[in-house]
Amino acid sequence: MRVNLTVNGRPQQADDVWEGESLLYVLRERLGLPGSKNACEQGECGSCTVRLDGVPVCSCLVAAGQAEGRDVVTVEGLAVHAEQRAAGACGTGTCGTGLDEARRWQALPPPAEGAPAAQPGQPVALAPIQQAFIDAGAVQCGFCTPGLLVAADELLERNADPSDADIREALSGNLCRCTGYEKILDAVRLAAARAQAATAGQGA
Amino acid sequence: MDFLRPAGWEEALAAKAEHPTAVPIAGGTDLMVEINFDHRRPEYLMDLNRIVELGEWEVGEDTVRLGPSVPYSRIMEHLRAELPGLALASHTVASPQIRNRGGVGGNLGTASPAGDAHPALLAAGAEVEVESVRGSRRIPIDDFYTGVKRNALAEDELIKWIHIRKADGPQQFSKVGTRNAMVIAVCAFGLALHPATRTVRTGIGSAAPTPVRAREAEEFLTAALDEGGCWENGRAVPPAVARQFAELAAGACNPIDDVRGSAKYRRHAVTVMARRTLGWTWDEFRGVRRDDNGSARCA
Amino acid sequence: MHTTDTTTARDTTTARDTTVTRAPGPAPAGLTQNSAVRGGIGESTLRPDGTLKVTGEFAYASDLWHEDMLWGFTLRSPHAHARITSVDVSEALRTPGVYAVMTHDDLPAATRYGLEFTDTPVLADGVVRYHGEPVALVAADHPETARRAAARIHVDYDPLPLVVDEATALADDAPVLHPDRDDHHAPYVPHPNMVHRQPIKRGDVAAAEALADVVVSGEYEVGMQDQAFLGPESGLAVPAEDGGVDLYIATQWLHADLRQIAPVLGLPEDKVRMTLSGVGGAFGGREDLSMQAHACLLALRTGKPVKIVYNRFESFFGHVHRHPAKLWYEHGATRDGRLVHLKARIVLDGGAYASSSAAVVGNAASLSVGPYAVDNVDVEAVALYTNNPPCGAMRGFGAVQACFAYEAQMDKVAAELGMDPVEFRQLNAMTQGTAMPTGQVVDSPAPVAELLRRVKAMPMPPARQWESAGEGADIRALPGGLSNTTHGEGVVRGVGYAVGIKNVGFSEGFDDYSTARVRLESVGGEPVATVHTAMAEVGQGGVTVHAQIARTELGVTQVTIHPADTRVGSAGSTSASRQTYVTGGAVKNSCEAVRERVLEMGRRKFGSHHPAWATAELRLEGGKVVTDGGEALAGLADVLEDEAIDIELEWRHRPTQALDRQTGQGFGHVQYSFAAHRAVVEVDTELGLVKVIELACAQDVGKALNPLSVIGQIQGGTTQGLGLAVMEEIVVAEDGRVRNPSFTDYLIPTILDTPSIPVDVLELADDNAPYGLRGVGEAPTLSSTPAVVAAVRDATGLALSRVPVRPEHITGT
Repeated sequence: MRVNLTVNGRPQQADDVWEGESLLYVLRERLGLPGSKNACEQGECGSCTVRLDGVPVCSCLVAAGQAEGRDVVTVEGLAVHAEQRAAGACGTGTCGTGLDEARRWQALPPPAEGAPAAQPGQPVALAPIQQAFIDAGAVQCGFCTPGLLVAADELLERNADPSDADIREALSGNLCRCTGYEKILDAVRLAAARAQAATAGQGA
Repeated sequence: MDFLRPAGWEEALAAKAEHPTAVPIAGGTDLMVEINFDHRRPEYLMDLNRIVELGEWEVGEDTVRLGPSVPYSRIMEHLRAELPGLALASHTVASPQIRNRGGVGGNLGTASPAGDAHPALLAAGAEVEVESVRGSRRIPIDDFYTGVKRNALAEDELIKWIHIRKADGPQQFSKVGTRNAMVIAVCAFGLALHPATRTVRTGIGSAAPTPVRAREAEEFLTAALDEGGCWENGRAVPPAVARQFAELAAGACNPIDDVRGSAKYRRHAVTVMARRTLGWTWDEFRGVRRDDNGSARCA
Repeated sequence: MHTTDTTTARDTTTARDTTVTRAPGPAPAGLTQNSAVRGGIGESTLRPDGTLKVTGEFAYASDLWHEDMLWGFTLRSPHAHARITSVDVSEALRTPGVYAVMTHDDLPAATRYGLEFTDTPVLADGVVRYHGEPVALVAADHPETARRAAARIHVDYDPLPLVVDEATALADDAPVLHPDRDDHHAPYVPHPNMVHRQPIKRGDVAAAEALADVVVSGEYEVGMQDQAFLGPESGLAVPAEDGGVDLYIATQWLHADLRQIAPVLGLPEDKVRMTLSGVGGAFGGREDLSMQAHACLLALRTGKPVKIVYNRFESFFGHVHRHPAKLWYEHGATRDGRLVHLKARIVLDGGAYASSSAAVVGNAASLSVGPYAVDNVDVEAVALYTNNPPCGAMRGFGAVQACFAYEAQMDKVAAELGMDPVEFRQLNAMTQGTAMPTGQVVDSPAPVAELLRRVKAMPMPPARQWESAGEGADIRALPGGLSNTTHGEGVVRGVGYAVGIKNVGFSEGFDDYSTARVRLESVGGEPVATVHTAMAEVGQGGVTVHAQIARTELGVTQVTIHPADTRVGSAGSTSASRQTYVTGGAVKNSCEAVRERVLEMGRRKFGSHHPAWATAELRLEGGKVVTDGGEALAGLADVLEDEAIDIELEWRHRPTQALDRQTGQGFGHVQYSFAAHRAVVEVDTELGLVKVIELACAQDVGKALNPLSVIGQIQGGTTQGLGLAVMEEIVVAEDGRVRNPSFTDYLIPTILDTPSIPVDVLELADDNAPYGLRGVGEAPTLSSTPAVVAAVRDATGLALSRVPVRPEHITGT
């Protein structure tokens, strides 16, 4: 079957989808977005967490056909999502790119003749939570990281100043085997503190 | 496999009549695991997410009419006053991501004894309204569970609403698992006080082939509270009564040994949860704070 | 808050790497780290792969994709021990979309492989010896097609009697699981179902026992733990025009894989080119082959790229687990608290194939005493062949099981003597200069008593934290957590201590070396170092540390970490807490050689300009050659001009010796590492549920090359130990079948199960090791488990001799 959906603001179409495929499989194997991870495929680890119409869900448990017409944000779109939110364009995760904008969308700027695919040293725009994970040492093997980022970003979207217990509850659906979670807590605290410092700096 | 996407309820009923083997999928939190792990290959998958009203609820005079696809996270957030037991149970379901997708309809459809909603529904009192092209009927929750992972639905029927009695008194839900989050019930216990009728109802999960009520325990406690004039005088439940209630609750269990827990432990845990949830609900009914000892007891 | 270190990732994907491209991200390779500060050792520089990992672009093995790629699938045995009487693949082969079906009969060359013993069939050869053993392979155009075809392979099994424990394994009439053993331990074991046996004998136990005022014994049991790395086994095999194959793979040791794969394919090793893909954790579980040979076989058979990705269910069958163990311990002590003897017997269940069981036996035996000075020792450790799941490497490797037993014994002996358990341990703690039971004298710091002192001195977490909010109970802080099982009823606090000893590096005479190739050149007037090793980065941060070492040694800012592959010499395994020591040592060594070459070039070009070239101690710093007085003599770019220095060298740590087969005596281990824990738990004593409140750790790391990563390792290892203490176990039924191969029933700690983990890091240099460092990764996994269980004992008063501790054990149900 064919599935149409919007991913990270861009309309996407997947063809020849087997009816038993998950949204996770479609993202990873058909749409070239392997950022969402396939760690358990039973909703127990959260590595495949995406926003579906703004709501964090395990994409391994969404049948591909159920995503028809829906709006999906994955870790690959997190930076843009956070940027739009900061600009006041979107606070819910449901508002992606407009139709006109989507039509003008390009995967990556075409590389200059003879140049490598990505320009060395080019700064990569990261969402605040992504930067915080790097800075706090919350990334080791990194396999749980994409799902944790999507879940943590959504937590901070609805609760700018979470307590440790709030963070633990919000991330209790995301397993990490490397870090013992301490640095992940640090990262979420860091992102929250930076956002507050920035807000205070604006006098808001 | 075929994927059916009915746009509305009537279309869904027609599709289910035409393809009785079609498996409804809403939150997908049970079914997709079975598909991903190659445990099940339904001929038809029928997506119910497009039927908007299944994700809605309505608070009536005596009952809440709950759509089967209302996610647990919304029950927790919006129905805490009307359905406190179910709201507590919803909070124990798996993870935030699962609670955002799964709903009571899935628990009922799967009818696993480990489903977290069942004890709360049994304790609160509920009816499951099911419908087919042949018409609709309401199945009392007590008659809904017919065997291990079996329910009273005919093959052409779909769950339309769950009518749950609004709380007229305190309710509690407690579940034992070997992890502090994201765990399937080793066993679970739901308790609802119904001061309006001066009755008590219970529900037990994962300790018998189906979710069950502990009827003998309910009757004992209802009688004991009545005899002691407890509903009027608001005194504490005597420890001997609480103990007896808890033991009768365990007596309603018919558990098995499995990888999640031993039968003996399940019985024991139900005893403890029954006693504790009785304490919490009764203290709430009396308006007593948890740490007051309540020296007066109804006798 | 701000960071002083900026890190960017660069894509230096080479032409060859573009054969595997994954739109839109670059490969997890070719990482250049720029640092605003010097970024040398001792600093918490950030991961060079961090940006790729947080953006989702880092290409793990399961993310790989290739034009025209097929999906491989493995049919596995439903029986733990059975004869295969017939296999019919014809219906599977007829399935549209299926390109190949392979069984044992289709194997082109060697039919067995193995890490240490070549005893593991590539595909079952007429007999299956464990539940989940690979029987057949399918390659198809979609994973579902492959699964459906596999279901159409008809295999008839004739069940055989099971070997499940010591009694059934060592019975006179036991079925011999490997009748044709030719491994080096076979001639010495008393029964062919015994993989290996290692006694350790020292002193005079009988005489010591007579002097002991108290003798305390106990039996202990450790359940089968799983590594449960999050990234499932996966890889992509691409057939090459030269008849070889390129394998992109998540593994712990590329060259060990290569050594096992090439004979199975019937290819010379240079035709099997391996490149490390992104690895989603390992913890020992990727030390053995899983799908490596299978994917290559299918790729060569079909002429198409083949990807195999296990799902979580299959992953539980796809790798070895931690050996379950039964341990009997007896300690004697004098009334004043001195340990005088230890007798112990440790039985490890190795499962159906040997994997690294023999080395695990060596560890369990040689570390059986723990970090204590005991002069009279009589220990035997054995591993068995059974029809249970194969067991091998997991973080802690034999030392975990022993630590659970000896630490339980320490509390028991202390209680018997009426002594404080920490003081008792400190009284008997080993120090530098103590002889191990193997006779090896520990020749670097062994601050066992100090580590205990430090964890004990840490402030205690406040009581009844669930009430701290002021109103009602925060169930998230209570045992049972969100499940709402208690609002404080039945909750009792307990405190427990433990300390452990782990060897670092490969032991018992193994030639443990690593290889590093370091290149230094001037790019656009700026000196750039490239470090190329075959080290498997599995998350531990080796890539971060290698760049730090290169900066320290070569005085450059820019360091590129080349993708790990088999075009450079072996780095050994990312296991045994060894990579920073051994591959870090190799990188340091190669950098030193490069530095010497730079100085030679400098002397040649500029020696006549300044007398310091000939007379002073010179070093490389800030991109320049400087004197020890800090005077700059020349820029590296000027020394190098358009010449590149490129040196590949092997580096080994000092040799170890095999342990004597009768007495276990010998210089068996190159280094030891030590960690201590204090666990504070709250137990719902009525329901048997445990909430760990805090797990404080103190560890000596010799020298923290990257403190942030060191703490991450300690906290992660600590948490895996917590999991073993209270929840993690693969349950094997009486019929040998695994009952819980899923994350629904094999539980690992969530963030709500994991407490605050304060870490106190000591840095007492080991003068034998590069920079004085000490391997970090495993020690914290050892003592965490017994500390938690000691705390649960303290709260409940129960003996609790088995891990994981289950609610049934606490409630007597």
